[in-house]
Amino acid sequence: MLILECPYCGVKGEETEFHAGGEAHLKRFGPGSSDADFETYLFMRENPKGVHLERWRHANGCGKWFHAARCTMTLEVFGTYSAQTYEPPQEIKDILTAKRPGWSWRNFK
Amino acid sequence: MSEARSALAGARFAGIAHVEEAGLVGMISFRGDLGHAKVKSAVKAVAGAAIPKPRGVALAGATGVAWMSPDELLILVPHAEADAVVAKLSTALKGQHFMAENVSDARAVFTVTGPHAREVIGKLAPVDMSRFAEGEIRRTRLAQVAAALWISAPDSITVVCFRSGAQYMFDLLSAAAQEGSAVGVY
Ligand SMILES: [Zn+2]
Repeated sequence: MLILECPYCGVKGEETEFHAGGEAHLKRFGPGSSDADFETYLFMRENPKGVHLERWRHANGCGKWFHAARCTMTLEVFGTYSAQTYEPPQEIKDILTAKRPGWSWRNFK
Repeated sequence: MSEARSALAGARFAGIAHVEEAGLVGMISFRGDLGHAKVKSAVKAVAGAAIPKPRGVALAGATGVAWMSPDELLILVPHAEADAVVAKLSTALKGQHFMAENVSDARAVFTVTGPHAREVIGKLAPVDMSRFAEGEIRRTRLAQVAAALWISAPDSITVVCFRSGAQYMFDLLSAAAQEGSAVGVY
């Protein structure tokens, strides 16, 4: 069971109050993009053991989307952050570096 | 005009707590920039209270305002006044980006009263009810459906849900409040 803190309303709730929204920080490739980019955007996902960045929605609460950094192995939630960003903020990266030295996820490390 | 009816016409259940459908309650869903001066004064003029801090609710009798999200409020007024309040907000905020909608008849309201009120909610929601204080609103789920709740008086909790789930909510609260089911955690 994950314990997530919504960065918009500040509620610290358990997983069933939220809804998982898949991988974070996807870059959309739409009409006009190459077949390879479009395929990658649609289908290619990370499947890490350890640090993972995801989108979540406070579905049974304030309704807002946000991002979460967590560990897929221990279910530890390292932190949550705004949806209005293309990459995790420095403070989240710092937590990840402190707790999982040498971590990387897609282009981030 | 047709006669307004609340979802369950004041249905009641008595067990370790009293569960009662609260009848007609005027509710306006408001969205906009809650930090904007015009929004602040327009809301205060109709709700009789300033916009509460995040997760706060300010109520005096049937009138007040609850914080629902960073850009959403629930304004409570007597049921018969809801349309007039929407009109008032629309006049005060003309030209401003906002939404005010009378959702009174799209919602159902319940009160759970008695020394075990917290326990009844605690059985159904993933919320630590021992730390839940007066003046706080919590949007969460009660079993399978979304709900918002706050403490309306000592030993009394108000629950708001969608009208479509009113019967489910009443049955749920009644089951959690059935005689002999006190756990004694709060
Ligand atoms: Zn939230």
